[in-house]
Amino acid sequence: MNLNLLIWVPLLTTAVVVLWGKGQRAAMLATVGSVVQLGLALLLYLAYTAERSIHANVPFLFEYRAVWYKPLNITYHLGVDGISVAMVLLTAFVVLAGVLMSWNITHQPREFHALLTLLGAGAYGVFLSVDTFTLFFFLELAVIPKYLLIGIWGSGQKEYCARKLVLMLMLGSALVLVGLLGVFFSAGHTFSLSAVSATGVPLKLQQWLFPLLFLGFGIFTAIFPFHTWVPDGHSAAPTAGSMFLAGISMKLGGYGCLRTVTHLMPEAAVQYAPLIIILGCIAIVYGSLATMMQTDLKYLNAYSSISHCGFVVLGIGLLTQTARNGAVLQMVSHGLMTALFFAVIGLIYERTHTRTIRDMGGLIQVMPFVMTVLFMAGMCSLGLPGLSGFVAEVTVFVGGWEREELLPRVAVVLACSSIVLTAVYIVRAIGQVAMGPLLGRVDQVPVGWAERLAVLLLLSGILLMGLWPEWLMQLVDMPAPALETHLSRIEN
Amino acid sequence: MPLTGFVLLGLAGRGRLVNAAGWMASAFQAVSAVAAAVVAWQYFFVLNNAQRGYEALDLWRMRWLTFNATCHIDMGIRLDGLSVMMLVLVSTVSLLVHLYSVMYMHGESRYTSYFAFLQLFTFSMLSLVASINLFQIYFFWELVGVSSYLLIGFHYERAAAIRAAKKAFVVTRFADFGFLIGILVIGFSAATFDLNTLFSSNCHAEAAFRELFLGLPLLTWGTLLMFVGGAGKSAMFPLHIWLPDAMEGPTPVSALIHAATMVVAGVFLVARMFPLFEAAPFTLEVVTGVGIGSALLAAIIACTQTDIKRILAYSTMSQIGLMLFGLGLAGSALGREAGYVGSQFHLFTHGFFKALLFLAAGVVIHHVHSNELGSMGGLRHRLPFTHVVFLIGCLALAAVPPLAGFFSKELILHAAVHRPFGYGLGLLVSVLTAFYMFRLYFLVFWNRRPALEPVREFANRLELISIGLPLLLLAVASVVTGFIPFAQYVSPDSRPWNPKLEPVFFVPPTVAALIGIAIAGWLYLRASAWPEVLANKLGGFYRIAYRKFLIDECYEFLTHRVLFALLGRPAAWMDRQVVDETVNRTGWLMQQWSWWIRGWQSGRLQQYAFWFFLGVFFLAIVVFV
Repeated sequence: MNLNLLIWVPLLTTAVVVLWGKGQRAAMLATVGSVVQLGLALLLYLAYTAERSIHANVPFLFEYRAVWYKPLNITYHLGVDGISVAMVLLTAFVVLAGVLMSWNITHQPREFHALLTLLGAGAYGVFLSVDTFTLFFFLELAVIPKYLLIGIWGSGQKEYCARKLVLMLMLGSALVLVGLLGVFFSAGHTFSLSAVSATGVPLKLQQWLFPLLFLGFGIFTAIFPFHTWVPDGHSAAPTAGSMFLAGISMKLGGYGCLRTVTHLMPEAAVQYAPLIIILGCIAIVYGSLATMMQTDLKYLNAYSSISHCGFVVLGIGLLTQTARNGAVLQMVSHGLMTALFFAVIGLIYERTHTRTIRDMGGLIQVMPFVMTVLFMAGMCSLGLPGLSGFVAEVTVFVGGWEREELLPRVAVVLACSSIVLTAVYIVRAIGQVAMGPLLGRVDQVPVGWAERLAVLLLLSGILLMGLWPEWLMQLVDMPAPALETHLSRIEN
Repeated sequence: MPLTGFVLLGLAGRGRLVNAAGWMASAFQAVSAVAAAVVAWQYFFVLNNAQRGYEALDLWRMRWLTFNATCHIDMGIRLDGLSVMMLVLVSTVSLLVHLYSVMYMHGESRYTSYFAFLQLFTFSMLSLVASINLFQIYFFWELVGVSSYLLIGFHYERAAAIRAAKKAFVVTRFADFGFLIGILVIGFSAATFDLNTLFSSNCHAEAAFRELFLGLPLLTWGTLLMFVGGAGKSAMFPLHIWLPDAMEGPTPVSALIHAATMVVAGVFLVARMFPLFEAAPFTLEVVTGVGIGSALLAAIIACTQTDIKRILAYSTMSQIGLMLFGLGLAGSALGREAGYVGSQFHLFTHGFFKALLFLAAGVVIHHVHSNELGSMGGLRHRLPFTHVVFLIGCLALAAVPPLAGFFSKELILHAAVHRPFGYGLGLLVSVLTAFYMFRLYFLVFWNRRPALEPVREFANRLELISIGLPLLLLAVASVVTGFIPFAQYVSPDSRPWNPKLEPVFFVPPTVAALIGIAIAGWLYLRASAWPEVLANKLGGFYRIAYRKFLIDECYEFLTHRVLFALLGRPAAWMDRQVVDETVNRTGWLMQQWSWWIRGWQSGRLQQYAFWFFLGVFFLAIVVFV
C-alpha cells in the first residue's frame, strides 16, 4: 500500500476546500475527504496485518523513500509499524468526527475546514515518518494551524490562550529540533531512524540529548510542569479544535517519544527512567487532584487529560514491552475518549450556553442522548471495563508490575489510586450535570445527524477497543529489539 | 446459557416497547433461570456425581487480552460447585425480582431503562460468578458496580438518591483499588491470572509467594488486598457506609442487588480464592475478625433504626459478616468444612429469605407510602398475605428451626465451637438478629390497633401474578432450602462432605433466637413506653448507635476536609498560581527582554556610532594596557 496516499489525500482535501469550499460546501468537501481518509486508514490496517504475517521481522513496512535535500542527507521517508497503524486509525476517527462536529460553523467555514484538514495532514505525516526530519517537518505542520483555529474561532480569552499554547508547543519543537540535530551530527549525518539506531548515539551525548528530546516531546504530552497550555488551550478552542488538540496533538508527543527518544537512545532511557516514572506519576495523581476542583466542564476534561496522559509517560518510562503497549493503547483510548468528551461538551454548551458545572443540572431530562454519551465518556475515563480506558490502564499496570524493583511498583500503586480519584470527579460531575432537578434555561435544539454520527463513530471506536482489545494488542505488540536487548544487558 | 444473557442484554437494552419491556425482560430472565437449573442438574447429576466428586470444567474460553507470554486475560465460563450454586441463586432471585418489578415499577417513567439496567446487572453478575480469570472477575466486578450505581440513582430527581449512588460507587471503587493491586500481586507471584492454573498447581507454595514485604509474605499481602475489594463490595466495616444509603434505590433493586446477590460478591470472592486464602492464615484471621465485628456492629445499629429498608440493610450487613466469619473459621482444620460449607449455605439461603423480606417490605411501603416505622403498625389485617410471608422471612432470618436460616447459620456456629469467644459473639449476634427482626415485624404488623377496613392487597390479577407469586415462591424457598443436603454439592475441595453434627449444638442457637424474639415481643407487641425507657437508660450508647457510630461523619471529614480541602484545592491552586504563573512570568520576561533588545536596533546612526566607538575604546584599553 502506498503510504503517500494518506498524506496527499488530506493535503488534497485542504486544497479542494480552499479552492471550492464556498459556504456550506466546505463542510461537505471536508467530510468527503475525511471519509476517504478513514477508508484508507482501515485499508492500511487490513493491508498491514496481511503483510505483517508474511514479513514478521521487518521493522517498518510499506516503506517509501525519496531524496528531499541531498546536501544535508534529508530524505522524505515513510513507513509503518503496528504503533503507527494504530495512531493512523485514531487520527482518521478523530478527524472525521471533528469535521462532522463542525458542520454548523458559520464564521468563515472554508478557512476553518481547510485548517482542520491541514492539521490532520500534519498528524498523519508524523505518524507515518520514519525519518526524523520528515517527522519534525510534519510536527510543525500540526502546530501552526492551531494558533489560527483558536485565535479566530475560539471563545473567551482566545488570543492569550492561542499564544500561550503555540509558544509552549514551539518551545517543545525547538527542543526537539536541537535534539534531533544533535542526533544528526553524532550519528553520521543522517536523519534516518534505522540508520541512527544501527550506528547508535554515543553514550556521552545521549545524556545531553535525551532530556532535550524528551522534554520537547513531553511538552506535547503535557508533562508536568509544562502542562498549563492544555487547560487554557482546550477551553478557548472551538469544539473540533479541542477534539483535535486533545485527541491527536497530545499523542504526537507520546508517539515522538517512543519513535525517536527511547528508540534511538535506549541507554539514556534506562538512566532517566526513574525520572520519567516520577513525572508520569505526578501527572497522574496531581492532575486528577487538580481535576477534582475544576468548575468548568472543559477545564475538567483538560485536567483529566493531563492525568490520563500521565499514563502514556508512565508507560514509556517503565520500559517493559507490556507497559509500552499500554502507553500506545492509552494514546488510542484517550484520543477517542477525550474527543468524545469534548464533542459532548460542545453539544451541551450549544444548548445551555454555559460550561460551568454548577449552573447545570438535570440535563438528562431534556437531552437524554447527549447525557448518555457523556455518561459513557465518563465511564471510559474512570476505566470501566468494557470500554477502552480500562484496557489501556490495566496494560500499563501489568507492564509496570513486571518490573520487580520497588520504584516501578510504587509508581503502579500510585497510578492505581487514580481509579478512585477519577471516579470521584467523574461521578460528581455527572451527578451534577445529568441528574437532579433541571437548572437554568436550556435550548431545545435537536442533535443533528452529523453530530450524532460523529459521536457514534467515536463511541464505536471506544467499544471496539473495550469489548475485544486483542486485535489492537496484536497490532501494537511489536518487539522493540533495541530496548529489549539493552534492558537485558542491564539486568545482567 | 450466558449466551442467553448476552442476547437478553442486547434485546432488553434496545427494547423500546415501553409496556412490554418488563414482561420481555422477565421472559428472558426465565430462560436464563431455567438454563441455570438445567446446568445445575447436568453438572451435579449427569456429568459428575457424589461418588466421583465434582471437577471444575471450563465450558467456554476465549483469549481477551495478551500481556506477555504467561499473563493474559481470558473470558469464559467455569463450572464448579460454587459457581453453579451462585448461577442458580442469581438467576432465580433475579427472575423473581424481574417479575415483581413488572407491576411494582409500573407507571414509572424510564420503565424500559430500568429493566435494561436490571438485565445488565444480571448478566454481569452471572459472568462474574462463572469467571475463569482473575481479571474476568475484576471486569464484571466493576460492571456490577456500575449497574448498582445506575439503579441506586434511578430516582435521580431526588438529591438523596444521587448522593447515595455517588457514595456507593466511590466507596466500592476505593475498595477495588485494593482488589486490583491484590490481583497484580497474586497474578505476578503465580505468573498467571488464570484460575485453573492458580488452583491446580501448588502455586501458593511457590517461592515468589513466600517473599517478604514489610514483614508479611506476598501471598498474605495479595489475599489481604483482595479481601479489601471483597469487603468493599460486601459492605464490611469500615467500608459499609454505602449500603444503608443504597436503599434509596427502588425496593426490588435493594432486594436483588443489595441483599441477595451483589453484596455477597465479597463472600463469593473469598470462597472462590479459598485455596489461596487458606494458605494465608493471617488473612483468614482478618476475615474472621472483620466478619464478626461487622456482624455485631450492624446488628447493634439495626436495633436502633427506624427506616424499614435500612434495618434490612443493616441486617444484610450483619448476615454477610457471619458468612465471612464462617469462611475465616474455615482456615483451621477443625472448622474447615463446616465453616466453608456453612458460609456458602448461608449465602444461598440468605439470598432467598432476604429477597423475600425486601419484596414484602416493598408491598408494605407501597401501601403506607413511607419507609418510616412510625407510619406503620397494625398492618396484619390489611395485608394478610404479606404478613404471613414476612413472618416466614423473619423466622428464617432469626434462624428458628426448621426454616432455612437455621441450618445454614447452625453450620457456621458449628465451625466456631472450638473458639469459645467467637462462638459467644456469634450467639450474641443471633440474639440481636432475632430481636431486631421481630422488633421490625411487631412494629409493622402489630403494635398499633389494627385498622378495621380490609383493603385489597392486590389490585388485580396481574398484580397477583407479578407481586404475589414471587413472594409465595420465595417464602417456599425460605422454608425448604434448608433441607437441601448442601454439603453434598459445595465444599472446599469439591468432594461431598457428610457433616456429623451433634444435636446438642442445635440448642444454643435456637434458644438465642427465641430469647431475641421474646424480648422483642415483650417490648413491641403492644405500644408501650418500655422502648423509650430502655433507650434513655442506655443513654449515650443508644444515641451513638442510632447515629451509626459516627462512621459516616468520619468519612465526610476524610473526603471533604482531607481529600478536597487538603489535596485537591492546593493542587488546583498551585497549578494556577505557581506553575501557570511561572509560565506567564516567563512570557512576560521574554517580552521585556525583547523590548530591551529592540532598543539596540533603533536604526539611529548616532547610537550605533556611539556604541561602536565605546567598543573600540574598550578594546584599545584591553589591547594596549
